[in-house]
Amino acid sequence: MSQTAQASSVAVPRRTMRQWLKRPSTIAFLMTLPLILLIGLLVLYPAGYAIHLATLNKGMTRFVGFGNFEFLFGRETFWMVVKQSCIFAITAVVFKAIIGFVVAHFVHNIPSKGQRKWRGMLLVPWVIPPAMSTLAWLWLFDPSYSAFNWVLAQFGADPVPWTGDAYWARFSVILVNIWIGSPFFMIMYLAALKSVPDQLYEAALIDGANWWQRIWYITLPMMRNIIAITALFSLIVTFANFDIVRILTAGGPLDLTHVFATWSFLVGIESGDIPLGASVSLFMMPFLAIAAVIILRDVVKRGSQA
Amino acid sequence: MAEVSLHKVVKRYEGVEAVRGIDLTIGDKEFVVLVGPSGCGKSTTLRMIAGLEEITDGAIQIDGTVVNDVPPKDRDIAMVFQNYALYPHMTVSENMSFGLRLKRFPKDEIRRRVDEAARILNIEDLLERKPRQLSGGQRQRVAMGRAIVRNPKVFLFDEPLSNLDAKLRVQMRTEIKRVHQQVPVTTVYVTHDQVEAMTLADRVVVMNDGVIEQVGAPNELYHSPRTRFVAGFIGSPSMNFLRCKLDREGEDLMVRLADGVALTLPAESRERYREHVGRELVLGLRPEHLTETRPPRNGEVVAPFPAVPDVVEPMGMDTLVYFRVGREEVCARMDPSANPRVGEPITLAANLARMHLLDPGSGLVLGTRPTG
Amino acid sequence: MSAQTGSAAQASRAQPVRYGSMSRSRRWALRWSYFFLVLFAAFFLLPPFYMLITSLKTSAEISAATNPWWVFSPTLENYIELLTTDQYLVFFRNSALVSLIVVTLTMVISVPAAFALSRMKFWGSATLATGVFLTYLVPETLLFIPLFKIFAEVRNLTGIELINNWWVLLILYPTLTVPFCTWIMIGYFASIPKELDEAALIDGATWMQTLTKIFIPVALPGLIAATIFAFTVSWAQFLYPLAFTTSTDQLVLPVGIVTTLIKGDVFNWGQIMTGALLGAAPPLVIYAFLMDYYIAGLTAGATKG
Ligand SMILES: Nc1ncnc2c1ncn2[C@@H]1O[C@H](COP(=O)(O)OP(=O)(O)OP(=O)(O)O)[C@@H](O)[C@H]1O
Ligand SMILES: [Mg+2]
Repeated sequence: MSQTAQASSVAVPRRTMRQWLKRPSTIAFLMTLPLILLIGLLVLYPAGYAIHLATLNKGMTRFVGFGNFEFLFGRETFWMVVKQSCIFAITAVVFKAIIGFVVAHFVHNIPSKGQRKWRGMLLVPWVIPPAMSTLAWLWLFDPSYSAFNWVLAQFGADPVPWTGDAYWARFSVILVNIWIGSPFFMIMYLAALKSVPDQLYEAALIDGANWWQRIWYITLPMMRNIIAITALFSLIVTFANFDIVRILTAGGPLDLTHVFATWSFLVGIESGDIPLGASVSLFMMPFLAIAAVIILRDVVKRGSQA
Repeated sequence: MAEVSLHKVVKRYEGVEAVRGIDLTIGDKEFVVLVGPSGCGKSTTLRMIAGLEEITDGAIQIDGTVVNDVPPKDRDIAMVFQNYALYPHMTVSENMSFGLRLKRFPKDEIRRRVDEAARILNIEDLLERKPRQLSGGQRQRVAMGRAIVRNPKVFLFDEPLSNLDAKLRVQMRTEIKRVHQQVPVTTVYVTHDQVEAMTLADRVVVMNDGVIEQVGAPNELYHSPRTRFVAGFIGSPSMNFLRCKLDREGEDLMVRLADGVALTLPAESRERYREHVGRELVLGLRPEHLTETRPPRNGEVVAPFPAVPDVVEPMGMDTLVYFRVGREEVCARMDPSANPRVGEPITLAANLARMHLLDPGSGLVLGTRPTG
Repeated sequence: MSAQTGSAAQASRAQPVRYGSMSRSRRWALRWSYFFLVLFAAFFLLPPFYMLITSLKTSAEISAATNPWWVFSPTLENYIELLTTDQYLVFFRNSALVSLIVVTLTMVISVPAAFALSRMKFWGSATLATGVFLTYLVPETLLFIPLFKIFAEVRNLTGIELINNWWVLLILYPTLTVPFCTWIMIGYFASIPKELDEAALIDGATWMQTLTKIFIPVALPGLIAATIFAFTVSWAQFLYPLAFTTSTDQLVLPVGIVTTLIKGDVFNWGQIMTGALLGAAPPLVIYAFLMDYYIAGLTAGATKG
């Protein structure tokens, strides 16, 4: 019993600096410190600073409150950018999701030893740096030498102004985005398809379900989570996209294909009005935040299940 | 010399008290098994000895020194986990020697110890394999080998056999016992399997709900359990508990059960129970002490016990018979040749020299001293 | 598609008929699958294929009215010219340097952080893990303007010129790579059984040794996936270098090709396509050799954790 008494007196710790440095929680904190600094200094601080910048005048000498926002609301181009960003993101994501789902199904359908090869080929658009592949599209869409128009000409059709006409330009940027992004959906859906147990399909087959019923009653419900999370991820990335529009149309013709990212680059960096550029890009925040919150809910839910 | 002792050890997680004040001393080279139902705090106790969990209160000593604040690596212990926890990217010999290599032992010393352990465990041929190329039993041996090469003061096992199939488990059980005889080291072994506990242990520690119910040699726990929990936990099928009343009839003491069943206590136990005459008690009687009527063997005092079987379960060596006394179900263990049938009344023999009477309130077995 | 024995027994009476019709419909399903796969593959591979064709053409052939989908007089002229221009080689060097250093920095920051976050609980660690995930969702298009201004302020305060130096990208790119890599490494580390580090702890390993000798080797596939991700993101990044570097000797490949080869009225498409194809080559080569890791990393981001 005297041992016990002695033990409890030993147990009262005297924390010297050295001991503090040896504590697991201290070591853990030090291990995450670079990450914390990175997030703090290069993500959180700039994000907050953007809000500050948005309240200054062009010369960044005077506080103008909501002046920049009022100015933006008064400009037609701004509303066009809002509209185009939404059209661009939503249309592209919907088509990427559909194409990804369909292609994933076809890949899943074929014998598994051939799947690797097809999957490998079909993911190539996602692997090429977008700036590089958009250049190829730019060349395919060239006003005078478009290879597509050459094919159309063989059938006697008129040449299409791929990037010259407002509506065709919108179509083109969306098409390129779909081309780059649907392989990602395909891969995600393929992984999800593989996780659906075969027995379910066999049971459904015995119950007499046709292929459409099998997709509707088994595949889709089983994949619901992954479909939602992939779509939301893609929505964020597509909404904030820069490379494609910048290279393909640079916002033209007549600013009709600008999205938030390209327009804020034009205003903030190229025209040198940093506060206005910051204000433009800040408009992405609420959209992104909503998508992020939904994703996060799902991630946290899954974390607590695990 | 490596004695492990726990003094009033408490472990509290937010809200729950997993271990609620344990006092236990494990002698040098002793093999102690902690046994108890799931969630009773066995693993937590073992992990506190290992230093993997901090101790909320109390003290743990290894070899005379308080180790509360000593990190696991300096406690000179080795541990074998339920899922083996072999490093998947290392070969068997690398797995076994990892600890020694970290401590910068000389190469030939490492070699010698690994070979020695491999020889003891019969895994000499496996030394160059990766864990995924091994069967469950082989992995288990490697995990033990990793503990042996360290030559620690204390071995800790946390349910090391529960991932093995029944046959292999029996085989490895004997193996562990053999290894302990060859390499006698203080051992603390956690299991929820009472057969493992009984066969391996020098002493068994029965835990329940964060406290120690009883400590004792296997036979002691079987024959003289101190509490209803221990009486029911040790032995399979477990002890029957029947509500009863203790009465006096002339010189004799009688236990009266429901349905008018009455059993006369043997003369030797009168003294022990005299003070409880007239009380409502609980009778504890193991199935193996409730058998077909046969000539009493040495020391048996039998009393007739009428029964109408509800369920008959032939087990091969014996046949389990379930029947009811009042509203309580009772299990008896009969010789298959007695051939009991459902619904046909029989008379069983209760070996009253082996029965216990328990206090229904405290759950203590009467006539034993409570755990101190 | 072999039926389970149980279900086969259930359907035994109807089996002969159903089996015949099933295999016929499956054959058709297979044909349609291949048909559409060929169609989609054609669509997906068309631009890179067209890049390759164009890169093999002379300027004369490019501007001729011949079939653009065919090379009549193949030549390596574009490749030779590009690979002997100092400018293009500088872009390549800058890209390679930036990507390799960023990959190293990313791993040095994110692996220990992921280890700490998945194994050593400390005050705020759960919040930080969630924060890492959120940071990964913040696009660079939101940050480049304030960062541009901040870097200008840094110059005013300290005299260190950050803008228009290729190494400024070493500060910027980790904001894109570290959160994702940390996030997927947390997932990979979390899937390592807890007993493994406890065994290491008992064996006498320090936290650092547990990380380097146990966790990193065991989670090596994840580490490779994260490395590939960090490399491809760094290699492909376009907005940051476009905003932060302007002198031609400071440009990385994507920006270099877009700004120098396109500028002016004369588009030399043969060279542009050659440059783009060469610029796409490193990620493609890595992908070709490490496809499974690449795909594991892609799916891990959304399914792990
Ligand atoms: N990290 C923890 N946080 C909170 N409670 C815990 C933690 N670890 C264990 N417990 C609780 O402590 C109690 C004892 O757990 P312990 O693992 O020691 O049980 P056990 O006897 O080993 O059971 P089993 O046979 O199932 O392994 C349980 O009620 C458990 O829920
Ligand atoms: Mg346990």
